[in-house]
Amino acid sequence: MSTMIIPAAGRRLTPHTPLSETVSQTFSMAWRALKKMQRNPEQFFDVIIQPLLFTAMFTYIFGGAIAGNVQSYLPIIITGIMVQTSLTACMATGTQLREDMEKGVFDRFRSLPMARIAPLAGPMVADLLRFGIAATLTIVTGLIMGYRPGGGVAGVLAGWLLVVVAGWSLSWIFAWLGTLLRTAQAVQGVGMMVMFPLTFLSNAFVPLTTLPGWLQAFVKVNPVTLVIDAIRDLMNRGELTGKVGWAVLGCAVVVAIFAPLAVSSYSRKA
Amino acid sequence: MNSVQTTARPAAGSATASAAGSTQRVRAVDSELAVSATGLVKRFGEVTAVDGIDLTVRTGEVFGVLGPNGAGKTTMLRMLTTLLPIDGGSARVFGVDVASAPHQIRQLVGVTGQYASVDENLTAAENLWLIGRLLGLPSKAARARARELLGQFGLEDAAQRQIKHFSGGMRRRLDLAASLIARPPLIFLDEPTTGLDPRTRGQMWDTIRQLVRDGATVLLTTQYLDEADQLADRIAVIDRGRKVAEGTPNQLKTSVGNSTLYIQLTDSNRTSEAAALAETILGEPPTLTPEAGGLSIALPDPNQAADVLIALRTAQISISTASVRQPTLDEVFLAITGHYTDTPSEES
Repeated sequence: MSTMIIPAAGRRLTPHTPLSETVSQTFSMAWRALKKMQRNPEQFFDVIIQPLLFTAMFTYIFGGAIAGNVQSYLPIIITGIMVQTSLTACMATGTQLREDMEKGVFDRFRSLPMARIAPLAGPMVADLLRFGIAATLTIVTGLIMGYRPGGGVAGVLAGWLLVVVAGWSLSWIFAWLGTLLRTAQAVQGVGMMVMFPLTFLSNAFVPLTTLPGWLQAFVKVNPVTLVIDAIRDLMNRGELTGKVGWAVLGCAVVVAIFAPLAVSSYSRKA
Repeated sequence: MNSVQTTARPAAGSATASAAGSTQRVRAVDSELAVSATGLVKRFGEVTAVDGIDLTVRTGEVFGVLGPNGAGKTTMLRMLTTLLPIDGGSARVFGVDVASAPHQIRQLVGVTGQYASVDENLTAAENLWLIGRLLGLPSKAARARARELLGQFGLEDAAQRQIKHFSGGMRRRLDLAASLIARPPLIFLDEPTTGLDPRTRGQMWDTIRQLVRDGATVLLTTQYLDEADQLADRIAVIDRGRKVAEGTPNQLKTSVGNSTLYIQLTDSNRTSEAAALAETILGEPPTLTPEAGGLSIALPDPNQAADVLIALRTAQISISTASVRQPTLDEVFLAITGHYTDTPSEES
């Protein structure tokens, strides 16, 4: 056997993890999450089934009633469902993190001299894949059904990028909930309670003007409405409006608040 | 030793660059004492799981923490390894304060948990590679280190298998291998052989002895006196969050007699009569086992077993079974604490 031990006296201890190592550790943890996805492909069900099913279902059911016909409803519903799927997908980020943290291997990660953010950020980097799949499938389904986005290829790509970024940013809230709440069911429960009203009390599925005044007031300040507006500006009109700027800023603020919260809650729980 | 394979950064001579704040030596490590803890306390709500434990582990020794389920062994170990915050008292590992410098402590210790802390979804080789990467090894070096450890632990054939399909013993071995990637000078083993079959258990003991020969300091918890006896240089007995005894295995065992004679009487009504006989021979009253008509008689000298048996025969007290064994943890406990290792409140 080769030497298995390096004595304490011969060691130089570092007080914290340097940034470059933090990044490399995050990617290692992302690799682990991707391996997990690869071996448990059922994790992709929500981001595959929901875009296909909801897009087809909602368009044919509500299209005529809301927009007069399917064709003119598509620009509304496709962007709405992109955001809705994104929000549902970030709920899964939280529940899966919670489930993962129950396992013994998280004790191992905690006992290693590694950055505390890496076990949280790693899976979230891997989740970009899920957000990407969801957004892509929704757009493709729409295109097949006759959606012709006015923003052209560039607009669609920009919209795709924004919805992925928005979903990823919001999933930090759920990562925080995942470190805070005791069970995956609790994370799911709280997530539904927040996400359901936020999605439906927005302009995702219906034009704002059809709502009663008091509800319009809420819908207007709902951040989901802002993100949907921004994506519509990009995809349907090809315009880089102020709303896009506000949406991106909003995402940055969410990450700036909830990423540190999640990391400190994770370190405390230990 | 190939330095490329190491994750630790051995001091490169005395010329330490002070410019790079992140790599400079923070404090000199104390190489005499691996662990020194005073008055450790951990509370979970109303329950005080660890209630003022002092612990000193010298570098290079195997220290056994012996106690029943729920005694607070795991909680204590989790505090020492930065996995749980310390509620009271203080602990140092190689002179580094655990509470204020957790990141440094994590560079000095390897932890092998009670339940194998390896990733179910990954293969054995992937598990070790991942930990190597997280410890800062380049990908190639991490792969080499993984292969080396898999070889040392006899897991080459299972390298590409997912942990899901591993046996309990293989998981434990992999878990220990994972703790050794950084070649840590202090290794914590939480009940390393609980639930293993005797053969696997023996292999684990050999591995632990090998680690100590290589210069490791080992702190292990166990429920088995024979395990502590086999491996440990010194033992602390923990009961209900307190340390109730400490010493070498021999000191502990002589506190309850070197060996114990167990007798089961055919007629349990004559128990007190038999106990009185044993007391006249040995000078100490025997303890009664929880079963009716059972006596456990501590023997300063195993040869005295015959004296007791002859006396019983002479008094025509009939026995159904008799055996001479090393004292069990139960007897050590009984002798030290005055109560059996009953199941106390759940350990969180």
